[in-house]
Amino acid sequence: MTSVTDAAPAKPAFRLTRLFQGLERVVVPALLIAGWEAFARSGVLPPALLPAPSAVLHALGDWVFGFDETTQTYSGHWLRDALASALRVFGGFALASLLGILAGVAIGWSRLFEKTLEPTLQMLRPIPPVSWIPLAIIWFGIADKPAIFLVFLGAFFPVLMNSIHGVKTVDHNLVRAGAMMGASQRQMLTDIVLPAALPSIFAGLRIAVGSAWMLTVTAEMVAVKSGLGYVLWDSYYFLRYDIVLAAMISIGLLGYLSDLGLKAIMARTLRWQTTTTVQGRAG
Amino acid sequence: MAAIELRNIVKVFSDKRRGRDLLTLDNINLDIEANDFACLLGPSGCGKSTLLNIIAGFEQATSGRTLVDGKQVERPGSDRGVVFQQPTLMPWLTAIDNVAFHLKLKGVAKAERYDRAMEFIDLVGLRGFEHHHPSELSGGMNQRVGIARALLMNPSVILMDEPFAALDAQTKLEMQEELVAIWQKRRCTIVFVTHSVDEALVLGNKIVVMTKRPGRIREAVNFDLPRPRDITSPEFNDAKRRILSLIREESTRLAQAS
Ligand SMILES: Nc1ncnc2c1ncn2[C@@H]1O[C@H](COP(=O)(O)OP(=O)(O)OP(=O)(O)O)[C@@H](O)[C@H]1O
Ligand SMILES: [Mg+2]
Repeated sequence: MTSVTDAAPAKPAFRLTRLFQGLERVVVPALLIAGWEAFARSGVLPPALLPAPSAVLHALGDWVFGFDETTQTYSGHWLRDALASALRVFGGFALASLLGILAGVAIGWSRLFEKTLEPTLQMLRPIPPVSWIPLAIIWFGIADKPAIFLVFLGAFFPVLMNSIHGVKTVDHNLVRAGAMMGASQRQMLTDIVLPAALPSIFAGLRIAVGSAWMLTVTAEMVAVKSGLGYVLWDSYYFLRYDIVLAAMISIGLLGYLSDLGLKAIMARTLRWQTTTTVQGRAG
Repeated sequence: MAAIELRNIVKVFSDKRRGRDLLTLDNINLDIEANDFACLLGPSGCGKSTLLNIIAGFEQATSGRTLVDGKQVERPGSDRGVVFQQPTLMPWLTAIDNVAFHLKLKGVAKAERYDRAMEFIDLVGLRGFEHHHPSELSGGMNQRVGIARALLMNPSVILMDEPFAALDAQTKLEMQEELVAIWQKRRCTIVFVTHSVDEALVLGNKIVVMTKRPGRIREAVNFDLPRPRDITSPEFNDAKRRILSLIREESTRLAQAS
């Protein structure tokens, strides 16, 4: 506490500013939601087409806890649906991370891999993952596999690109220092290049986890019969826009949580970096 | 046989972007005897770092031969410890892990690694900071970690590229004394790049004066003033005058030529 806050007259003013600082983040969302609620209740649009936030919350609550079956067959099944999506995200993301880092480091480090592997991969990269859906369905049928395949495609390239970049931009003086201390080629890779490239690799992983959620949902709309994306699309056919919105919120929330988790792992792994470069400016 | 033999070293950097070649080192011939403390003195950009990089094996000379302990230099190796102009520490490792990195590469167990590294941490006066990361240390402290790292390898040749440039006057004096003490105790060969005449004369027993770019050896003089050296003594000043006149002749010659 600074001496300013100890002074009696300054105290209320100080508290007010603190309160306002706490609120300033929620002012805009709160106004938006209040406006939306008011507009939805005014009856300009039929409630089925624009459900009020309270209705969305109601649908979400029932979907999660199953209290009055407003969400019908989905009532109480949120966890099952979320888990189905999360597993696809995790499967595709894990595969993409593993292969993306391996290929990225190989391409960044070795001329041979750069020449043989990179042109093909760079040619595949601009093809939108979504356009693989027809092939994915023919190859894998309608189940988890095409979804995981799409997630993999969406997550692989960000990891790949950032791993290549991370390895290529390693300070060449660090490599010299390693050679001076007698590092073998393999040690150079595991003890110098890989740790030096980690910040960049993590940046790729964070982009990838976002793409992974996007593509799970896309795949579930078309090629799978379960998960949050399937619920979203199915509810659309029944004009249940409250459930559509509840599904959107769930996806946003889970995607955000995945990113938070990844960020926590990153902060632990990259503790050697100053906090400003890991987490952005504090506050 | 000299510890380091440089024979007709020429280094040309090809500048592809500007489409011309840059002659950086022009026919360098130099012998540095075992246990010499050689100071390489020359103006900025004359190729001192380049010459050091060639001895270290980081760069290949365009032509000429580089021998260390009679063997042709082909690649970097732990027989030649390098203290870089920039500290060049692994930012993800603590000071002690940086110092002990060579031992880690050799597969030495952690307890022994730390044990041996601590000796050098002490030597450069960084006890209490051994578990700090480079980002938490000052530039001068990082430079000292770099020195400890090179010393720990116990190399027969130590190549130092202006290692004390980032230090304050007081620390610089201490480190200079420490380096001379280490050199006297271990009897290794040191090549020390500097552009301070005083520093060269305080440290070296052989002063190698280089010319402006393209770098040539202007003259290599032996300097055997007993240690500790008094920088205000007449002998020291005589030597300094000689070195300075070598440098001045060089710049007047250049001025006349242009
Ligand atoms: N990798 C490189 N590619 C092209 N030119 C280079 C390269 N390294 C050095 N040079 C050139 O070679 C010359 C000598 O550089 P060097 O770094 O050896 O100088 P120096 O004597 O160490 O200077 P300083 O005292 O400023 O460190 C410079 O003109 C520089 O532009
Ligand atoms: Mg230099």
